[in-house]
Amino acid sequence: MQVEKPARYIGNEINAVMKDREKVSVRFAMCFPDVYEIGMSHLGIQIIYDMLNRFEDVWCERVYSPWVDLDAVLRRERIPLFALESQDPVKEFDFLGITLQYEMCYTNILQVLDLSGIPLLAKDRTHEDPIVIGGGPCSYNPEPVCEFFDLFYIGEGETRYRELITLYEECRKAGEGRREFLRRAASLSGIYVPSLYEVSYKEDGTIEKMQPLCQQAPRRIVKELEKDLSNTYYPQKPVVPFIKVTQDRVVLEIQRGCIRGCRFCQAGQLYRPVRERSLDFLKEYALKMLENTGHDEISLSSLSSSDYTELPGLIDFLIDECRRRKINISLPSLRIDAFSLDVMNKVQDVKKSSLTFAPEAGSQRLRNIINKGLTEEAILQGAKLAFEGGWTRVKLYFMLGLPFEQEEDIRGIAELCNKIAAVFYETVPKEKRNGRVQIVASTSFFVPKPFTPFQWAPQCRKEDFLEKAYFTRKAISEQLNQKSIKYNWHEADASVMEGILARGDRRLNQVILKAYEKGCFYDAWSEYYKNDVWMEAFADCGIDPDFYTGRERGEDEIFPWDFIDCGVSRAFLYREWQKAKEETVTLNCAEECQGCGAARFGTGICIKVLGRGGNSNEGES
Amino acid sequence: MKVRVKFSKEGPIKFIGHLDVMRYFQKAIRRAGIDIAYSAGFSPHPILSFAAPLSVGYTSEGEYFDMELNSLDDIQRLKENLNAVMAEGIRIRDAAELPDGEKNAMASVAAAGYRMAFYDRVSLPADWKEKLSAFYQRERILVRKKTKKGEREVDLKEGIYDLKIRDNEVVMLLDAGSGSNVKPGFVLEAFCECEGIELPVFPFQIHRLETYKRKEDGRLVPLLGSGPWEK
Repeated sequence: MQVEKPARYIGNEINAVMKDREKVSVRFAMCFPDVYEIGMSHLGIQIIYDMLNRFEDVWCERVYSPWVDLDAVLRRERIPLFALESQDPVKEFDFLGITLQYEMCYTNILQVLDLSGIPLLAKDRTHEDPIVIGGGPCSYNPEPVCEFFDLFYIGEGETRYRELITLYEECRKAGEGRREFLRRAASLSGIYVPSLYEVSYKEDGTIEKMQPLCQQAPRRIVKELEKDLSNTYYPQKPVVPFIKVTQDRVVLEIQRGCIRGCRFCQAGQLYRPVRERSLDFLKEYALKMLENTGHDEISLSSLSSSDYTELPGLIDFLIDECRRRKINISLPSLRIDAFSLDVMNKVQDVKKSSLTFAPEAGSQRLRNIINKGLTEEAILQGAKLAFEGGWTRVKLYFMLGLPFEQEEDIRGIAELCNKIAAVFYETVPKEKRNGRVQIVASTSFFVPKPFTPFQWAPQCRKEDFLEKAYFTRKAISEQLNQKSIKYNWHEADASVMEGILARGDRRLNQVILKAYEKGCFYDAWSEYYKNDVWMEAFADCGIDPDFYTGRERGEDEIFPWDFIDCGVSRAFLYREWQKAKEETVTLNCAEECQGCGAARFGTGICIKVLGRGGNSNEGES
Repeated sequence: MKVRVKFSKEGPIKFIGHLDVMRYFQKAIRRAGIDIAYSAGFSPHPILSFAAPLSVGYTSEGEYFDMELNSLDDIQRLKENLNAVMAEGIRIRDAAELPDGEKNAMASVAAAGYRMAFYDRVSLPADWKEKLSAFYQRERILVRKKTKKGEREVDLKEGIYDLKIRDNEVVMLLDAGSGSNVKPGFVLEAFCECEGIELPVFPFQIHRLETYKRKEDGRLVPLLGSGPWEK
């Protein structure tokens, strides 16, 4: 076979939307710049795809990064990249939307543009090229890739696309060109047009100021947010792939946002305030999606499912409906406690899968620093209940290189694993054991992200990371129950690169372009990640990568992403950074309002908690 | 009760492999609201049995699977309901309840008919048709066949029940029994090797016409219906 898995490229899946190209006025190509199986598993694209195709004048199609084998064929045969539904070249479309879900896909943006025959730099594009739009979580710091995009849509997709497309149609009717459209788009809420801003730098390399170049370009861009998640777009007929993809099931997003405020977590800040979907909405959509897809599994999606207030009612409903239909229920991101174990007992078969805990840090001190409200007591209690219930495998997720981490905190990882193993041997009598308990501890390396309290923090260097991983391994090997514990750690190179790109500025555009030209793409796939080539690209551009990771940033430093208002104020984040230094925890949104700033959206938990007399601290930023 | 379904697979969907076609039908059956029976046990799965796997890239108008149902209201409606949820390229051609005691589709397969064509990029000698006829007329066609244990010599002729040339197409009826299955591409590859014809990758277009079972009297009949192989 010249191309492995040709089914990735044929389209025509169940519920894929076909329209008559003569009867629509706008063609929209929606791209996830990674391989089909990953891209097809993404809920956000399914939501936007469904929404855009409900617009009668628009036909939205899908595009994914061709895998390396087809990539080579397209280049060799000079075949332009095509969209799945019509198989028409992407270059002929009006819009190319690219979702930015992780930093390590940045070179794949260039792959998609390049294969499509679209100039890589926005400034070189003409009326013959699509308007290239960026969106998704990484567009909250769009600066490292801003030269590749004509505009960014900042925030949740449900709210502003209709206006944007109508504006496009008006401009086209009026004979206005690309520049005029972009200028007018810049004044729409949530839209950022990078070419309309200029950035100047201080001598130390930090930003002096960011200046709009015309009056349509606002100084601050406020994120878009869907206020009512029970009365908005959500697919009833998601596309069903032919081949097995990563998320091969019905996905029910039960709420958006998170009350918890873990200080390392970007999603926990970006999607504030937490908004629930109503039980009625979820029941209706669960059944419709199951009917329309034929999937044999449904999964609940959210940042922290246990915090969904109507979870018991939803689970009862699903257990009832799914048992009759022989549908499996999958419940990720549940806190392990008596309730969730009971639920898992009901929904899972007798071959117990493993249980997952995410303490993130090994000691209570460090868990307080990161504001992860999970105590050792709760973990051990959860493990005890699980072992009594017949589970014998436990997965634990930790991060290495967190701010203010000391050797004792790392040793805590090993000790916590050991204690869990000990709980097993205390709880389960010898005659009931079937071999050892299996504890798998995994560590990833901490990457500071924009719009988190740790955006001021330095990131470890590769050598530090590896030393910490070796220390963890050694500490585990010194435990009494070390034979029950397996330890995995992530690659350090790529974590450092992710950190550089995450908090990068406009000067990184040239580095990413250079790395791509030197052959980097699919950087998110460890087998294709070439750290040495990336380092060459930095050297060629005369840019020091350590500038972006190695230093603690000052209170007043202007960040490349400061012009974006994600709802949470910089003052709140800085307060949280100080509290981290003091090892102080912050109560979650359900317990007490912390005045993060998201209350101004007037929705979700902010209404509930403020109604109980919380404080809003509005207007600070 | 058991129902046998005949379907065709044509167009770009030919790139979907056998395992994915099975998954596709599991989902389609749920979408069509068919009351399929599930296996017992802790992870029940729908009881489905496919006749003969079709290689990726082949098209077919003679594919089959059997399914076990809890209830059936009308076989014609079942066919319509299934057709209403098919992807482009897959059509349900026939469906029938199976008599008790009928062997399942997979165990029944004895032969399969194919229509094959060389792609234009293959450079064939002008007299290839005569040569192919002569090749088929041989008493024995000894070829080396790769097996798990290495190579061994087999007589290909035993597995070719019929071969004829219509216009530029080769039509063959081949043994498709488990263990003795002859792949259609293998026959033409053996011919080309014998004649010194060089083959590029993907030299032929292959289309399965029908899948057959053997009746007690030795006759080959389609898994559903009764049309004989056209001589």
